Amino acid sequence: MLRIVNGRVVDPANGVDGEVRDVCVASGRIVADVPPQARRIDASGMVVMPGGVDMHCHIAGAKVNLARKLQPEDHRHDVHPRTAFTRSGVGGTVPSTFTTGYRYAMLGYTTAMEAAVPPLSARHTLEELHDTPVIDKGFYVLLGNNVMLFKLLEKGRLEEFGHAVAWLLSSSKAYTAKLVNPGGDEAWKGRRNANVTRLDEKIEPFELTPRQVIGALIRAVDDLGLPHPAHIHCNNLGHSGNFETTLETMRIAEGRRAHLTHIQFHSYGHVAGKSNDNPTSKAREISEFVNTHPNISADVGQVMFGNATAMTADAPLGYMLSRLSGGKWVNADTEHESGCGIVPFAYQDRVYTHALQWAIGLELFLMSKDPWRMVLSTDHPNGGSFMSYPKLIRLLMDREFRRQEMSKVNPRALRQTALADGLDREYTLGEIAIVTRAGPARLLGLKNKGHLGVGADADITIYEEHEDKEQMFSTPRYVIKDGQLIIEDHEFRADYEGRVLHVAPDYDPAIVDVIRPFFEEYYSIRFNNYAVDDSYLGRHEQVPTAAQRAKGS
Amino acid sequence: MSANITNPPLKTAAPAAARTRVVRDATCTFCGCVCDDMHLTVDDETHKIVKAENACVLGRAWFKEHGIEDRPFALIDGREAGTEEAIEAAAQILAEARFPIIYGLSDTTCEAQREAVAIADMIGGNIDTTTSVCHGPSGMAFQGVGESTATLGEIRNRADLLVFWGGNPAESHPRLFTRYAVTAKGMYVPNGKKDRTVVLVDVRRTPSAAVADIFIQVKPRRDFEVLWALRALVKGADVDPDIEQVTGVALATLQDLAARMKACRFGALMFGMGLTMTRGRHFNSGALLALASDLNRYTHFIAKPVRGHGNVTGADNVMSWQTGFPFGVNLSRGYPRFNPGEFTTVDLLARGDVDAAMIIAADPGANFPQSAIDHLRRIPVVVLDPKLSHTSRHAKVAITTATYGISVGGTVYRMDDVPLTLRPALPSPYPSDETVLKAIRQRVKELLGGGRVPAPAHAGVAA
Amino acid sequence: MSESMILIGGRSSSQGTSLCAGKLGAEYIDVSSTLEMNVEDMARMGLKDNDRVRVRSAVGEIVVRCKGRAAKDLPSGLLFIAYGPLSSALMGGDTAGSGMPLSKNLDVKVEPAA
Repeated sequence: MLRIVNGRVVDPANGVDGEVRDVCVASGRIVADVPPQARRIDASGMVVMPGGVDMHCHIAGAKVNLARKLQPEDHRHDVHPRTAFTRSGVGGTVPSTFTTGYRYAMLGYTTAMEAAVPPLSARHTLEELHDTPVIDKGFYVLLGNNVMLFKLLEKGRLEEFGHAVAWLLSSSKAYTAKLVNPGGDEAWKGRRNANVTRLDEKIEPFELTPRQVIGALIRAVDDLGLPHPAHIHCNNLGHSGNFETTLETMRIAEGRRAHLTHIQFHSYGHVAGKSNDNPTSKAREISEFVNTHPNISADVGQVMFGNATAMTADAPLGYMLSRLSGGKWVNADTEHESGCGIVPFAYQDRVYTHALQWAIGLELFLMSKDPWRMVLSTDHPNGGSFMSYPKLIRLLMDREFRRQEMSKVNPRALRQTALADGLDREYTLGEIAIVTRAGPARLLGLKNKGHLGVGADADITIYEEHEDKEQMFSTPRYVIKDGQLIIEDHEFRADYEGRVLHVAPDYDPAIVDVIRPFFEEYYSIRFNNYAVDDSYLGRHEQVPTAAQRAKGS
Repeated sequence: MSANITNPPLKTAAPAAARTRVVRDATCTFCGCVCDDMHLTVDDETHKIVKAENACVLGRAWFKEHGIEDRPFALIDGREAGTEEAIEAAAQILAEARFPIIYGLSDTTCEAQREAVAIADMIGGNIDTTTSVCHGPSGMAFQGVGESTATLGEIRNRADLLVFWGGNPAESHPRLFTRYAVTAKGMYVPNGKKDRTVVLVDVRRTPSAAVADIFIQVKPRRDFEVLWALRALVKGADVDPDIEQVTGVALATLQDLAARMKACRFGALMFGMGLTMTRGRHFNSGALLALASDLNRYTHFIAKPVRGHGNVTGADNVMSWQTGFPFGVNLSRGYPRFNPGEFTTVDLLARGDVDAAMIIAADPGANFPQSAIDHLRRIPVVVLDPKLSHTSRHAKVAITTATYGISVGGTVYRMDDVPLTLRPALPSPYPSDETVLKAIRQRVKELLGGGRVPAPAHAGVAA
Repeated sequence: MSESMILIGGRSSSQGTSLCAGKLGAEYIDVSSTLEMNVEDMARMGLKDNDRVRVRSAVGEIVVRCKGRAAKDLPSGLLFIAYGPLSSALMGGDTAGSGMPLSKNLDVKVEPAA
């Protein structure tokens, strides 16, 4: 039992914005009161927030492990020694699993969601998550290029499509459906490294378009009443002029919930009449659409200068990046389900496109009218490491610091953006708490996270107040997970295993008779060996669908 | 504290009538194909697997020969002992050593591999897998060049050009030809072999040549030159005809192969030890991986190192996610360090650096160079193995464990990183590697009093 | 009388199946102590199938039984033996900083043994 006293509580979900009040913890949850013998933590001069929630990062699974294995040089200069009770590891942009969990905790984050996993390697992701300490975790399963689903959809077998989606989500232990460059895989693998670029072009050889796939998955997930909607990496990521694809994709949702991820990479215009070499910013158009459509949510996907690793299920994008970088490249196809591209990358402030990307991300933050629906991410490690979050927070909260950083970047790029027009806003502590905690938790449908109300999970971070916000958010004084004091006085006190968060939507069992024949004919493993056994979940929490909540299950 | 591992009677009483049962969709872990369509008939009276439907000749031998045998639970200095006593002896050896190593791990489950890494982390030891003498060079090449690859189902469903290089799958991975490539039918390869062109490249004509449309014989130790010439041809550069004198392969043959590779719809280069175990090693693998990557400018092309043991890919994966590096990892400074040639096991043993070793599911006593084997004979060695091996014969502590995939469940990874859950068919009285390692880990932790944490650098004294 | 040749160690089907029965078993020992030689090389050296042959490398020496292979399958000057303790005895411990000892295409000297 704990009583945290004298701290300034920032809990925007419950309307608390910096007042000094007690926070009480018992049995892993926030409670109204605790007896006097409870341990007291004196948080004078400190800010008390819910634990951070990263709703889009790449931290566990086949793709991540390839990227990890690819870069020994990235690990050597960032080692993570063991202690009496924590495991050793390595860092860099793709840290080893123990280090990943510990470092998220050291930043005050208590939940993180792996963003892209094909069902065939779900088991691998769960094994790695099991070795990712402290944080609660989950993953999104890739369905936007799933051949079995395509075959159902092109025949108009919509009801079976819905059951198959539910079956895939349940049997892979995922959190929601992820779409990445929908329709692009078949062109990449089947038509000699081609891609799709228009939402209405045919996904050869299927009688389908990306528009139809996106629409069907948004509807299916919505109908299942999942806590988080379809999570979409739009077509044409990185291409000049792609903002139109993004707007079109958002329109497909037609009022249903949809989440557009790392939307910064999808907010580019182009100089009329010129080649793709001159992208411009369309952050204003994207921002306005999101602001005015409450069914749409997004995470920014901010680029931070320095090292990054591009790792994406968007295989054509990976290849394009490798041609730009000229260095090592990994491509990994997963039968019937997905592609993958990995390229070590570095963003440089003097390079026009990099500086533009950086500025567009900031534009999206600063022009957002609803921080609950435009939350913080760097698409770790694609835009930059999660270790750069404190610096990003400072950029948002401190306009003077932002101006200093702006003076270092390519001025031509800056002039393309509203930053040059004196976009002056400073995020308050409350708004930071929204974009890093309360907002992601709400978007994920995690009712007991992202806030400090009675009944919430006791995931609490206590930061020492500091004028330099990067310093403040880099080293929390205390981190509490499920009521356990994990970090005290900046040091680890205990190792801990968090929970896997997953959904198990109901489906008609007869769908198995539809899925099995496809499997037996075309997959290289047996159908009976596909679904992930419950034993891989370890400590876990099944988050109910809307229907399951109504039934009280 | 007792490890709580009882040694039950070896054979349960035979039932009144002989009984067999079938376990379907079990996984064979003999080679890296890790076929999961084994339907096993188990005879509970003789404690044997009597039939393995769908298994190749190697798989049939694997299942047939891993019945329950009457063997001691453990041997300490050649004397029969119980598992618990052996665990205690093993823990003492590891806790007292100054340069302990752990090696092997390719024929056990990921769950056991994770325990091994945890022990190495705790004792500040060295941990390495059979990868270092198998496709370790390909892993090193991967770190330099990257890799374009795919799961086996992509090859089966799409590949119209298959190039096998430096390997003999007909004898080492028979179902690579039948279940996953070559004769297998696929979504875009409905006529199987008739829709594919198969090329075999090797220094000698092996039985694999029987399925090849084109066989290319290379002079020994000249694969690198051939691969590099192909890279040049693919990119449209000229290659001197004296390439034939250097490599044994005519320029026209190489031009033809390069053209086929560029013209195919989905090509796959599958390669084996013929590249990694000879002059050039990781340069050979790197040249091949680079060639496959280059070809993606013209068509879709992938490469696949053909892995030997059932869960060597699992070992690569576990090591990579837990330490950041796939093999040859040293933890003596309190964090992972990777350096092939320095922290790989053949080198450590040949140099005589090591003062204790735990060998799990591998037989370096048979497979290593003599200088390494000689050193193994000089130090205390702990072995975990279901069978008597050259290594266990000379070990101080030999613990009999149950065979993974046959008697023990857990997770394994196929050569293409697809993870599968084992369906053990035959109960065994012997403990699993995971159980034994967990107990060793716990006991070592007690002996070290909470962990061997190296002194910080500024203390001025080496640990 | 000894000739310089190149030795390739490798897997074979019978090596794989006999290995399952155990490396200390007779079948595996037999399989891993059989040296495949080009028939023309054998004829020149006065060898018949099953004759004993001494093979020497820079670091070790073994005696094995030879078995002929047609020239189209095994070129002159090449030898093949299934992996095992005997093939390992010829391997040096130097990995050239790679971790991998050379186990294929080893330079050896071959001669009939008594």
